[in-house]
Amino acid sequence: MIRQEQMEVVHQRSIATNIFELTLTGPLVLDMKQPGQFVHLRVSDQMEPLLRRPISISTINKETLEFTMIYRADGRGTALLSEKKQGDQVDVLGPLGNGFPIDKIEAGQKALLVGGGIGVPPLYELSKRLVEKGVQPIHVLGFQSESVVFYEKQFIELGDTHIVTADGSYGSAGFVTNVLETLQDDFAVYYSCGPTPMLAALEKMYPEKEGYLSFEQRMGCGIGACFACVCDTTEKIDADYVKVCSDGPVFPSGVVQV
Amino acid sequence: MNRLATQLPGLSLKNPIMPASGCFGFGKEYAKLYDLSKLGAIMIKATTPETRLGNPTPRVAETPAGMLNAIGLQNPGLTKVMENELTWLEQYEVPIIANVAGYTTDDYVTVAEAISKAPNVHALELNISCPNVKQGGITFGTDPLIAEELTKAVKAVSSVPVYVKLSPNVTDIGEIAKAVEAGGADGITMINTLLGMRLDTITGRPVIANVTGGLSGPAIKPVALRMIYDVAKRVSIPIIGMGGITTIDDVIDFLSVGASAVAVGTANFVDPFVCPMLIEQLPAKLDELGFETVNDLVGRSHRL
Repeated sequence: MIRQEQMEVVHQRSIATNIFELTLTGPLVLDMKQPGQFVHLRVSDQMEPLLRRPISISTINKETLEFTMIYRADGRGTALLSEKKQGDQVDVLGPLGNGFPIDKIEAGQKALLVGGGIGVPPLYELSKRLVEKGVQPIHVLGFQSESVVFYEKQFIELGDTHIVTADGSYGSAGFVTNVLETLQDDFAVYYSCGPTPMLAALEKMYPEKEGYLSFEQRMGCGIGACFACVCDTTEKIDADYVKVCSDGPVFPSGVVQV
Repeated sequence: MNRLATQLPGLSLKNPIMPASGCFGFGKEYAKLYDLSKLGAIMIKATTPETRLGNPTPRVAETPAGMLNAIGLQNPGLTKVMENELTWLEQYEVPIIANVAGYTTDDYVTVAEAISKAPNVHALELNISCPNVKQGGITFGTDPLIAEELTKAVKAVSSVPVYVKLSPNVTDIGEIAKAVEAGGADGITMINTLLGMRLDTITGRPVIANVTGGLSGPAIKPVALRMIYDVAKRVSIPIIGMGGITTIDDVIDFLSVGASAVAVGTANFVDPFVCPMLIEQLPAKLDELGFETVNDLVGRSHRL
């Protein structure tokens, strides 16, 4: 169920240049179902900035009623969010959208998880759930440069992890696709979140594989009412368009026109 | 006696607060959050004869205390709206105001004639003010003669009262208001969005794919208030007011300048529970200001 709740900041810290990790607590966490869902946050109770900010969920902990987000502060809204301190309240609408399905893969199989930049965070909860299920994750995580790499250690703890940076300042140099070309394709399902060109490249690389892609689009309401975040579809589904916020943000590969 | 009750042509409202067209879809998303029967009415998303897929993205951009949108009247088309959306809405005790749009006069007439026969559609809202489509929309709302003729044509076929939604993107909105009144409009809804732009300062490119978009939100409230104040003086048909309403004080201001009821738009995106919240807050606000009913408040700025 979608709820609106004042949640409390447990902690917030910078984990890379302009990248923040923010943990909130409140009963809303109990409604979070799938990795890959998101929340819609008010960063201020003023009329400026006015709209909510959609941010993906990177960790869910139902026992402590806490969830964590990792976001980049690159605009006024996220800059304000990055100033929130322990004990502050944040107006949260969520959980929203449909996340990554983990019932599409069996224990003992391999899953390929490909993240680009600020698309990496939702893959963390996904990977944890897959590991709990007995699935073996392979992570390929692309970043712009060393200064914005995060969670390498956390992903390594869960499985095989390859870091690639566009400028070659950390890990291997190039794009995630350069790494993927060197890997075996013995995985059962691939999951990805990141820039659309990266998602398009994956679809092209693995046309025969089952894949789930998380898309990003500018949003208004976040619940499917305003039609701001629509994407064109392919002939694979019987719909002229899909809404990223309420039909997605995760779609099976081949559904959204990339 | 229900202090919030409001009587308007075709509409017996239990309270004067309703979501504005385009900001509420056809209600399904909000129905997951609260009982739609709480609302005074629902202005559903603009409906055209055929399916419309709308404009390219990005379609929205935030602005100081507001937002720009250029959705482009995306909707499933008349048949699907009637079969799927309006039928589904019948489970709620809430009158529907159907927003009617099109490219041509024939489009408006086609939609108006059919949709006005739906049992829960109690009024039409003629959209002659959408700034985000290349044909139709605003082109009907900026010329008084064309606005009058279109109103007449729709009135001739509609089974329910017709309200006309006015555009603020005109030199004299009073002139358009008088024209639609002469064309037989039963009421006016105002204002639609103000045409605007936002740029990416580094590249100089417009942020919205459509280049321009309609500005809404708290930023436009002063413009809306002024225009309703003007129009209320010049016509005798009732007005449903909208334009940046976010708080209970905004509701009071719109009623004061002459709106008989109000619609809430952009605020639904910020707080999806805003409509029921305002409805709940209204009685206490009336008490605070010393008014027995909503009706007592309507147009008080003109009587001072």
